[in-house]
Amino acid sequence: MTPVSGRKRRGWLPFSPWHFVLAPVALVFGLPLLWLVLSSFMTNAQINKFPPTIIPDSLHLDGYRYVLQNALFPRWFLNSTIVALVVVIGNLLFGILGGYAFARLRFGGSKLLLTLMLGTLVIPFQITMIPTFLIMKKLGLVDTLGALIVPSLVTPFAVFLFRQFFLSLPREIEEAAWIDGCSRLRTIWHVVVPMARPALSTVAVLTFLTTWNDLAWPLIAINDDHNYTLQLGLATFQGQHRTQWSAVMAGNLIAVLPVLIAFLAAQRTFIQSLTSSAIKG
Amino acid sequence: MRVAVVPPPTVASPQPRIKRRRGHGEAGAAWAYVSPAALIILGLGILPMAWSLVLSMQSSDLITPPQWIGLKNYEVISQDPSFRAAVVHTLVYTALFVPLAIAAGLGLALLLNREIRFIGFYRTLVFVPFVVSATAQGVLFSFIFDSHFGLANAILHRLHIPTQGFFADEHQALYLLVLIALWSGVGFCVVVYLAGLQDISKDLIEAAAIDGAGRVATFRHIIWPALRPVTVFLVVWETLQALQVFDMVFVTTRGGPLESTTVVVFFVWQQAFEVFNAGYAAAAAYVLAFGLLVLSIGIRFAQRRDDKEVSRS
Repeated sequence: MTPVSGRKRRGWLPFSPWHFVLAPVALVFGLPLLWLVLSSFMTNAQINKFPPTIIPDSLHLDGYRYVLQNALFPRWFLNSTIVALVVVIGNLLFGILGGYAFARLRFGGSKLLLTLMLGTLVIPFQITMIPTFLIMKKLGLVDTLGALIVPSLVTPFAVFLFRQFFLSLPREIEEAAWIDGCSRLRTIWHVVVPMARPALSTVAVLTFLTTWNDLAWPLIAINDDHNYTLQLGLATFQGQHRTQWSAVMAGNLIAVLPVLIAFLAAQRTFIQSLTSSAIKG
Repeated sequence: MRVAVVPPPTVASPQPRIKRRRGHGEAGAAWAYVSPAALIILGLGILPMAWSLVLSMQSSDLITPPQWIGLKNYEVISQDPSFRAAVVHTLVYTALFVPLAIAAGLGLALLLNREIRFIGFYRTLVFVPFVVSATAQGVLFSFIFDSHFGLANAILHRLHIPTQGFFADEHQALYLLVLIALWSGVGFCVVVYLAGLQDISKDLIEAAAIDGAGRVATFRHIIWPALRPVTVFLVVWETLQALQVFDMVFVTTRGGPLESTTVVVFFVWQQAFEVFNAGYAAAAAYVLAFGLLVLSIGIRFAQRRDDKEVSRS
């Protein structure tokens, strides 16, 4: 046994003593989410007494029934899905094209354009939100899903991330394809895009997360409750049903579940995307 | 819109010779590729920024034609106690959230940076709240901290501690918001720090141990300096996020009770889209943006000075 390693084996426990510290930490982070799931399966009667039930003796679907019959949750779910999908695809497509042009092609004004684009990264949302609303109004998009899609269809973040990634790729493979008579677009599609998988997943994951979770912009751009996103619908629903917590929690779980499932299914990609853009950016 | 093809730049380019031959049509293609991105990013980034500046010198309700009033909005805002309160709330929130999130993030990252059983499970649990939207968090914690039906008061009651008003109490609401933001925000600091910790060479730490360095000394002289770029990033990032907090405030308190949680972005939103005082809102937004700008320049200077000191020593 080497004392310098500082790792003395403690024999008095069948598991590491660190679990005594980590388990309470896990409880603090996990308990609210556990409560979200549990209470969504409780009845209002179980919740609306003081002190409320902590561990219910039976589980019910009342909340879900109420949410699906009396609110537009399925519609909002569809809206959120459409917006998130289109925005993700837009960011991938225009991000790749823009990023490729900045990384590989020479054109006048490219430096200025890139600087301007990077500059827009630091403009806070509250500065742009009022004029963006007015522009969407002029375009006739206010109160449609279009107003939610167009402003996020391509972000400077996506363009810049793809540019950085393409710069790190070797040029030779593309040049070989070019010499073989591949057109530029075909080269991008068949040669560059397959090599850019890490960048693709980073842009897709982060764009999906921010689009799906956004509240402020839908709140400004949408009035008609048929065009709400899930987050806006949930916030409004909660405001109108202050005492029907079981239904509110059922709706809440519906809003959270897609992101949770996506995260648990692709945890490594999520975390790598976040940390890579954090450490490099 | 087609842009005239610009002749290739005459400056010496580091690109290989082979590019010369396909220079034909390159600029045209490039502009075709960047135009969607350029149009949206400039049209919905640069243009609104300029427009907002103009708007901040107008009196506008977003419907009738605006009127030019010069710097009047800024004069009024400097005297507005509600705006001043919003700035104070935002600063208190940021000053509490950022150091706590970073300290807790570092502490948890050090705790989670070991290979024991179920460590993946712990890491997942700590990070999961980060992917939950601010709206869902707000709704969930409005319930948990509901003064009548909430889990928090139920637990306090069980422990024979007096129940609390939480979001209904103007002395607690803002701190409660910080607490919730920590619950969901710490996970991000943890994963970034964990990634940073994994980049530190094990040999270096072992060498320090052989030289007789204890845990504290190893942390102070090896781990903490190595994590410095990560810490700088987190401070900047979390500060910018905290100064712009909105969603959670909207869902939980709507600025109340008694305006105790009105933060700057909420103030801007309220002025623009509830009171329809868009010019005034734009001025408030510009004041915040100016603060952000000064802050980020300040951090950059401080960082540069530190870097010089580090390289000199």
